[in-house]
Amino acid sequence: MSLAEEVALLRKIPLFSNVEESKLKLLAFTSERMVFNSGDVLFRQDQMGDAAYIIMEGRADVIVNTPNGPLTVAQVGKNDFVGEIAILCDVPRTATVQAASEMVTLCISKELFFRLVTEFPQMAVEIMRVLAQRLEKTTRQLREAVAHN
Amino acid sequence: MESSIFGFTLRHSWRQQLVLLAIIVTSYPFIYLSLDLPKQIVDQAIAGSGGFPKTIDLGFARWELDQIPFLMVLSFLFLSLVILNGAFKYYTNTYKGRLNERMLRRLRYELYVRVLRFPLPQFRKMSSGEIIPMITSETDPIGNFIGESLATPAQQGGMLVVYLTFIFMQDPILGVAAISLYPLQGWLIPRLQRKVNNLSKQRVRMMRIVSDRIGDTVAGIQEVRVNDAAAWHLADMSRHLGEIYHVRYEIYHWKQFIKFLNNFINQLTPFFFYAIGGYLVITGSISFGALVAVLAAYKDLAGPWKELLDWYQLKEDVRVKYDQVVEQFHPEGMRDPAGLLQDPRDDTPLTGDLAANALSFASDMGSKILDGVSFSIPVDGHTAIVGVGSGSGADELALLIAGLLTPSQGRLRIGDRDLPGLPESVIGRRIAYVGANAYLMNATLRENLLYGLRHRPLRPPAVDPARRAVLAERAAESRRAGNVDFDIDADWTDYAAAGVDGPAALDARVHELLRTVELTADVYGLGLLGTLDQTRDPAAAEKVLAARAAIQAELSDPLLGTLVERFDPDRYNNRATVAENLMFGTPVGGEFAADRAATHPYVRDVLDRTGLTGDFLRIGLKLGQTMVELFKDLSASPDLVEQFSFINAEDLPAVQAVVQKVGRDGVAALKGDDRARLLQLPFRLVAARHRLGLIDEPMKRRILEARHLFSSAFPAELRGTIEFFDVARYNSAASIQDNILFGKVALGLPQVGARIHGMLAAVVERTNLWDVIVGVGLDMPVGIGGSRLSLAQRQKIVIARALLKNADLLIVNEATAALDGASQAVVHTMVLEARRGRGLVWVIHRPDLARQFDRILVMQGGHLVEQGTFEELSRPGSVFADVLDPE
Repeated sequence: MSLAEEVALLRKIPLFSNVEESKLKLLAFTSERMVFNSGDVLFRQDQMGDAAYIIMEGRADVIVNTPNGPLTVAQVGKNDFVGEIAILCDVPRTATVQAASEMVTLCISKELFFRLVTEFPQMAVEIMRVLAQRLEKTTRQLREAVAHN
Repeated sequence: MESSIFGFTLRHSWRQQLVLLAIIVTSYPFIYLSLDLPKQIVDQAIAGSGGFPKTIDLGFARWELDQIPFLMVLSFLFLSLVILNGAFKYYTNTYKGRLNERMLRRLRYELYVRVLRFPLPQFRKMSSGEIIPMITSETDPIGNFIGESLATPAQQGGMLVVYLTFIFMQDPILGVAAISLYPLQGWLIPRLQRKVNNLSKQRVRMMRIVSDRIGDTVAGIQEVRVNDAAAWHLADMSRHLGEIYHVRYEIYHWKQFIKFLNNFINQLTPFFFYAIGGYLVITGSISFGALVAVLAAYKDLAGPWKELLDWYQLKEDVRVKYDQVVEQFHPEGMRDPAGLLQDPRDDTPLTGDLAANALSFASDMGSKILDGVSFSIPVDGHTAIVGVGSGSGADELALLIAGLLTPSQGRLRIGDRDLPGLPESVIGRRIAYVGANAYLMNATLRENLLYGLRHRPLRPPAVDPARRAVLAERAAESRRAGNVDFDIDADWTDYAAAGVDGPAALDARVHELLRTVELTADVYGLGLLGTLDQTRDPAAAEKVLAARAAIQAELSDPLLGTLVERFDPDRYNNRATVAENLMFGTPVGGEFAADRAATHPYVRDVLDRTGLTGDFLRIGLKLGQTMVELFKDLSASPDLVEQFSFINAEDLPAVQAVVQKVGRDGVAALKGDDRARLLQLPFRLVAARHRLGLIDEPMKRRILEARHLFSSAFPAELRGTIEFFDVARYNSAASIQDNILFGKVALGLPQVGARIHGMLAAVVERTNLWDVIVGVGLDMPVGIGGSRLSLAQRQKIVIARALLKNADLLIVNEATAALDGASQAVVHTMVLEARRGRGLVWVIHRPDLARQFDRILVMQGGHLVEQGTFEELSRPGSVFADVLDPE
């Protein structure tokens, strides 16, 4: 897959949908492409993280350790962005992500991510917007869950 | 050391100075003759006074000569005098030069000896930034002066006397006129010179401060950066340089003034000649010819006189420099010089008890750090020293036992020998010390480990008989300069001291010790990245090739196969750069350095012949455009550009200019550097990594063609500048890891590093390569002060070094602080085990580790507060029990 195709893919990810073309190109060029076989682990829960992944092909399971053993709580796929929490706020990984099929990802290191965000503030604004939406969504879910109980 | 430069010169070179003096005195009559002869030629031969033929009578033979032959004889006599005087000068100058260099060597060596003898506290007052220029640059003018110190006044002063004698012979009144102003000069110049001397002293002091500041900056560069202190340092430096500027200008000013005064006075003298001499000629008291000769002689007089004054200025300058250097090298409490080189007199094992009696130690500020410490412990036992609180004195106690500090009061004895009185040669062999500050010399790891076994040259090196005479002369010259004549190339390793019988056994012992301090894996890791010289160890290279074959088999496993893309002469390697694909080898030396490949004529030739030049320009242009587009906004963060782009941040504007030029005029218009710049860009492309779609399949095939041409037409005169990838041959220019893998590691696979490491470890184990790789790791340079290694690694090496030395008593002073808790405990146990039955004193920072020792000394506030076994001391209420279990 060439750089141009990667840029087209990045464009479809909500986090980057409003970011300038040339910045996306830079992001694609500077990040590393990583390939995972089915069953490979992208990262493990409770370990410190130093990279986030943009999924370009394939699917992965999001697995959380519970007292009753590992529990798959969600599945992520093409155009999803995983692992960003650990690189944004220095907390251990909140879940394990394991490839459920052959996967192609763009791996963005923590260092690179922060450099780009500092260099290009509009990217930071976009990320803030997406995170705020996500927060609003979780809060709503929590409220609903509380209401149900 | 002699307190004045003249003392130093006379003491070490009086013989040579006498020889010089004798040669110079011998030359005086010839100089006089060369002055007198012109007068003879003019008066006797040309003017023909006295008539012809002339008779030359040498006693045993006589000649009658007419005017022309007489002129010729005199002229040739003059020519031989010129040659003879020239020869005298040449010989004395070379003689002086050799004397200078020898004395400079001696001076530097003596200063260095003094550094080795300094008491430890001196190094708190003097920094290396001060010491280094004193021994290196400040001694330079001193050395250059020594040959001149007697020769110049003798030579130039003698000449002056000869000229003056000549003038006096012509006419005493003119003679008096010639020297009439010398008393004035002799009175005035030294007064002015004194001013210059004081300024020179200031200059030397200021320069030392600057050296010290630079040294500080280099050592503390991290602090400078994290504290944003650069501006402060720059201002500080600016002030010091400014002060130096003023002083130097002042010196220059005064020196020029002295010169001006001299010139002026010298010009004044002819005034007397014209006035008095002219009067004498007119009144007929002297001949006209005599006045001309006197004037000529006076002109010649100016030369030696000027030389003498220069010599005087230089002498004063050097005297000041010498005093200022030497006074710094006379601290109190220097060590005995005999201890450095003499063989130990009573080098018998240390036995009996290590006993301290009312031992005290005060710092150089006078405060008591150890006070009245008394104990007696068996030398071959295991003793822990536990320090309670800060300023416990445990550290100083260890330093005292190691002979690194001298007690201010009380006694410290081992058996019936006073420890402070033992020479360095005994302490250095019988006692081993490991401090918290693990310093390694800038040498290989192996040399650092063997450092404690190299006291004297033990076995002479194998010497080529043809070089034997040269080496003997070198050694003789060393002795003449008062240097030691030990051969650094000899085998210094004391195998017997390490308890082994030769190099092979020592090697085994080193490997064993690496395991003891848990360092084998680290050294193996270093070795993997190191290179092996196959001409020195062909058997090891063979083993690496065997491992390469084994990896081949391993990689045929589909799970592992994608990890490494092997080098195949007939396939394009997607993980390698275009340069590597084209040259298909590792550049040796700078000839084919990857960042300059496009400028190499042979590379250009291959590109031209395969028609790739145009394509490379096209790819380069595309690449340049992309890089400019991606990175032009990032000029504020050059490191990001550096890390990811093909272009250095500072080159980016140049590439941008080239790209714009092409946009305007087309590729064809590019010339010279611009063209090379564009052509260079594709060489760093890695197809699999950069994903720019610029290297497609047809292009790969054409690069392969170019590769074949590149190797088949490779010019003979370039042989050795590239190690081509050849599966059957060891590549001396590549690391061991690269040699085994023989390919490029895949990118973008999870845990690729760990998986390759595991695969390598398995193959290395199977092919018995482990020891070879650890051996290569041992040959890796550790960097300045061991900076290439972590502090924990350095501490382990220093412990291994002390164990290898196999001393009677090992003192360990908090030397495991940088290790993590688990390895601390392991290393402790291993070292205790290794020292079973041998003496060990360990200052420990974790009281729980004291359990394994025979006895414990508890230090608090400079006093020995408790001593006994672990059981005795851990009863409730004791100081030790308190620190052992603070709750």
